[in-house]
Amino acid sequence: MLKVHRDICGYCGCCVSVCQEGALELIDAYLSVEKNCTSCGVCAKVCPLGALEVVHEE
Amino acid sequence: MKNKYDVLVIGGGPAGAIAAKTAVEKGLSACIVEKRPAIGAPVRCAEGIGKEALLEFIEPDPRWISAEMTGAGIVAPDGFFMKLESAMAGSKVGYVLDRKFFDRELVWKAAEAGADVAVKSRATAPIMENGVVKGAKIEAGGKVTNVHATVVIAADGVESKFSKWCGIDTTVPVREIMSSVQYVMTDIDIDPSSTIFYLGNEVAPEGYLWVFPKGKRTANVGIGISGKKSGEGHRAKDYLDRFVKKTFPHGKTIEFSPGGVSVCRPLPCTVADGLIIAGDAARVVDPLTGGGIYNGMFTGKLAAETAADCIGKGDLSKKALMAYDKEWRASKMGKAIERNYHIKEYLIKQPDTKLNEIIHSVSKLDLSEFSTLNLIKEIIRVNPKLVLELGALAASLR
Repeated sequence: MLKVHRDICGYCGCCVSVCQEGALELIDAYLSVEKNCTSCGVCAKVCPLGALEVVHEE
Repeated sequence: MKNKYDVLVIGGGPAGAIAAKTAVEKGLSACIVEKRPAIGAPVRCAEGIGKEALLEFIEPDPRWISAEMTGAGIVAPDGFFMKLESAMAGSKVGYVLDRKFFDRELVWKAAEAGADVAVKSRATAPIMENGVVKGAKIEAGGKVTNVHATVVIAADGVESKFSKWCGIDTTVPVREIMSSVQYVMTDIDIDPSSTIFYLGNEVAPEGYLWVFPKGKRTANVGIGISGKKSGEGHRAKDYLDRFVKKTFPHGKTIEFSPGGVSVCRPLPCTVADGLIIAGDAARVVDPLTGGGIYNGMFTGKLAAETAADCIGKGDLSKKALMAYDKEWRASKMGKAIERNYHIKEYLIKQPDTKLNEIIHSVSKLDLSEFSTLNLIKEIIRVNPKLVLELGALAASLR
C-alpha cells in the first residue's frame, strides 16, 4: 500500500498529475489516497521531497 | 455562490481568473470555485513572465511585481556563462511577479467585473447528463451543493482532476513531469536584474535550475528535474540543496515550495460536451521553459470567448466547442508549444559536452527581440551544424 509521510509531504500535487488511476487527490494541504491505488509507485518516484512510499505488507 | 451559472470555472489561478473575467465581460454569469482557502497561496511558480506577454493582459503594477528584468544568463554544465541582453541596452525584457498578489489582483478584477468567487470550495464530481457536463458538485464547509452550468471551464492546474472525472486522460508521463522544488532565498549575492538558468546533467538532469531575482538580495532559487531521473537520494530537493550549499552557503531560505510542472504535449483534445479545459490542466505549459502563466491566461480568455460564442448559438457540444481547441493550437502560443516541445526533446538527449559546445559558441548575445525563439535562432546561426541535427525542425525556425 501507499504510505504518505505527512511530515515530509509539501502538498504540491506533482504526484497527482502522474497517477494513471486518478487515485490521488490534493485537498488543499491534504493528499488523499483512494482505494483504487494499485501501489505502482510512480508517484513515489517523482515526488520532489520523497514523501511517498510503497510499503509491502508482510 | 448560486445554483446555476452560464460558466462555472474550476480553479482560481491566472487561467480561471481571466476566464471568469472574460465571461462576465461578455455578458454571461460566472463563478470561480477555488479549493484552497486563499487565492494565490501557496505559490508554486518561479514567477517569471516576458514583458510583452504580461502587457497583453494587464498593466504592470508595483504591488505585484517583485522585480524588473533587463537580461538573462545561461550557465553551461562546465560553468561557462552566456549573457543575454536586449539589443536596446538596459531596456526591460520581463518581470518576476509576486504571484500571491498577482493572482489575487486577477481574481479581484474578475469579481469587480461581476463574477462570483467561492474559496475553500472544491469540485468533487461533475454533474453529467447523457454524457454531457452540466455543472459540478461543490463541497464547502462539509456541505455539497449542485452547481449547474451551461459550460464548465476546468482550470484546475497541474493536479487537475475534473477532466479525468469527465473521462479525459490527463495523466502526465513520468519522464515529462518536472519534479520541482523552490526556495525563496534572501541575503544572497545575485544580479538583481537578470534571470539565470543553470544547465547540465549534474546540476538538473533533463531540466534546469533557476535563480529568478525578487529584489536586490532575494530570489526564487529552484529546480526542475525529469520525473524519470528522480528517486531516493537523487530527488529535486537533493539537487537543489547541493547547489544552494555551494552557491549561496550563507543565504537564508524564507519560503519552501515543491511542485510539478508538465512538459509533455498538450492534451490531444481540450474540450468535451459542455467542458473546456484551460491552462496547466490542459497541459499547455511551454515544454522548453516550463512557463505557464501567459499560456494559462491566453487559454483562459479564449475558453470564455468560445463559451460565450457557443452559448449565443445554443450549441455546447464538443463539436461546437472544438473552435477553442483549433484556435489555440493555431495561435502563436500553440505553435510555440509544438516547436519548443521538439527543441526540448532534442536538448534533453544531449550530453553535457554538447551543451557546453553550444553555449560556448556565444558569450554574449544582444537579442533584437527577447524571446526563446530568437535565442534559438541566434544559437543556430552561430552553430550551422545544428541545422543538420535538428532536421525538419530547423526549417520551422528560420
